[in-house]
Amino acid sequence: MANKSVWSDNRFWKRTATWVTGFASILLIWLTFDTSTQIAMGNDQDLQNKVTKRVPGPTVINYKITYEMSPKRGHEVPIIGGNDGKGNSLFQEKEKFFGRDDYSEKEARALLHLGKLGSQAKNCMDCHTLLGNGAYYAPDLTKAWLDPAWGPNGAMQALTGKNTREEAMAEFLQHPGQYPTHARMMPNLGITAKEAKGLVAFLKHMSSIDTNGFPRNFGKIEGAVHGK
Amino acid sequence: MASKYLTGVGSESKQLATWYFTFAAILFGAQLLFGLVAAIQFVMPGFLYGILDFSIARIIHINALVVWMVFAMFGSVYWLLPDETGIETVGIKIGKLLFWIFAAAIVVVVLVFLFIQVGKADATTIWFITEGREYIEAPRWADWGIVVVALGFVGNLFLTGMKGRQTGIVTVLMADMIAFAGLYLAGMFFTDNISVDQYWWWWVIHLWVEATWEVFVGAIAAYGLIKMIGAHRQVVEMWLWIEVAMLFGSGILGLGHHYFWIGTPEYWWEIGALFSALEPLPLVAMFVHVLYDWGKTQGAEQAKGNTHSVITNKPAFTWFVLNAFGNFLGAGVWGFFHTLPQINLYTHGTQFTAAHGHLAFFGAYATILIGMFYIAVQGTNGIKVMKSTKLSIWATSMITGGMLIMTVALTIAGYVQVIVSRAQMGATWAAYFDGQSGMWFIQAMDWRLIGGVVMVIGFVLLATDLLTTGKNPVHKR
Repeated sequence: MANKSVWSDNRFWKRTATWVTGFASILLIWLTFDTSTQIAMGNDQDLQNKVTKRVPGPTVINYKITYEMSPKRGHEVPIIGGNDGKGNSLFQEKEKFFGRDDYSEKEARALLHLGKLGSQAKNCMDCHTLLGNGAYYAPDLTKAWLDPAWGPNGAMQALTGKNTREEAMAEFLQHPGQYPTHARMMPNLGITAKEAKGLVAFLKHMSSIDTNGFPRNFGKIEGAVHGK
Repeated sequence: MASKYLTGVGSESKQLATWYFTFAAILFGAQLLFGLVAAIQFVMPGFLYGILDFSIARIIHINALVVWMVFAMFGSVYWLLPDETGIETVGIKIGKLLFWIFAAAIVVVVLVFLFIQVGKADATTIWFITEGREYIEAPRWADWGIVVVALGFVGNLFLTGMKGRQTGIVTVLMADMIAFAGLYLAGMFFTDNISVDQYWWWWVIHLWVEATWEVFVGAIAAYGLIKMIGAHRQVVEMWLWIEVAMLFGSGILGLGHHYFWIGTPEYWWEIGALFSALEPLPLVAMFVHVLYDWGKTQGAEQAKGNTHSVITNKPAFTWFVLNAFGNFLGAGVWGFFHTLPQINLYTHGTQFTAAHGHLAFFGAYATILIGMFYIAVQGTNGIKVMKSTKLSIWATSMITGGMLIMTVALTIAGYVQVIVSRAQMGATWAAYFDGQSGMWFIQAMDWRLIGGVVMVIGFVLLATDLLTTGKNPVHKR
């Protein structure tokens, strides 16, 4: 009988498959531990101690958030409470959110909780994308909080008759059918005033998440194209 | 003489498989119908506005997709178990009971999606209406139902595999199905942290469709090759183990390509890029494997002086070959297009993903599962050699053609979005709508709708053929 090569031996390939799968799984589990630590939500203490977290605590809604180029990382990063000029957050400049910038950890957490629940209960992800994931029938919401459309020069404040981003967004969310911007319209989803406030807090919080520069060049072309 | 297990007549496991296949085919129809509604809404945004909004049409479109495939996968396992193990499936009575529970639960979930649609921002909604997480929107009560059903199914598979002959195919399926069922648990919790949410959500979605489901397809293809062209078991199973090594070796860490932008650390760029770039390789291997084995067995017949085809089920084998092509093209090539982070930065969350999603789910899974439908039709009707009919050829061509039209259209739409909405304008609200109103985008959406209509007609022909071909006198009995 000819010598049978190991390469044509089913047991060899079965063992190879088992080892490869086991190794890949263990590596994934190990990386999951590391990632889980890095993406755990921060808290108010972190913000006060000027600690940058990939997912900041809910009281980030008390701060001004921007999305600016980090020379060190080569892409935009969320900047919380002012930029030190080198692409790092200063955690100083506050910004009123529905008239207040002193939400306690508990209050902010409750708002975020309500907003996250709302984002699921209203199936947001089945028209929009969140962190780029979802459906492609409506704009991405990752940095929606920072969108120039909702800013002082954008159309939405005038359209909704409100003076701040958060109020314009909350008004729109409650009555999207009243503010048609395109033929493709957001449907009325029975969002209450309270739920709308939670949803806007959720959006503001999401804009503070470090998404490694996604989306790229967010809002950069505003001046060039719209001549504003 | 063929045993009752091989013919499908008299085997309860095979009977149960046909129930699973039938329900799967109905859900497949529902998937296409609601996909059509969503496609019309891209062209005419006022269509059913406020009655059946895009979000609801899409929920049913993608959930029906996942569920029909799960049903057809369970059915495939119940179909092949008696053939592989040589015994009747253990616990078949429980299996049948679980089928009815599963089917009833799905009907309730769909009705709630259709008529209740959304709820208040509270836990009750998550438990009873929708979880609002793409692909696994089914409310929490249904999650637990699915876990119970999946455990029963895996239990039957294990008990049968351990009692009967445990072939390589059965061994792979046992390992694969327990991972498949277990992974669902990763999608059953609520968190305020959307990065953590999406991290685990991808464990379900990615580790299903780019790992465990692909291995399942490898096992089914192996079974089909033995069954339909008489390929040599030892060769087929060796290929299968190599495929398992390659699929899990690339697919498990390929998960990293979903972790580029969701708040997770930068090291996923490198890990995701490297391993997901390797993901097409096993798909090439599977493609080569199917065609090689076919050529080899046909050649061996011809060497003996026989000129007849070695294929004992033409329509099913056609779908298996389409699977080999479609898996490689849809999952492999269309996936590779945008899997590197420097490209994905601009393509992430555009119609590019939709193009890939459509061709990959179709090419990798729909094809081979439709092939299994035909194997069941052959078995239950006691057909020795099953031929293609005019209807089956038209159905196959229209379904595949419609899908190709849709894929090309969505790819073009994706290019418009990438260039206009992303690269040039930076992904704002205004940028999004500028992309959507571009002429190329609008025309692409028209073509997608045309492709969808072609596919729906093809589905009607397919359903007709599946229901009638069993009694057709052209087949050799």
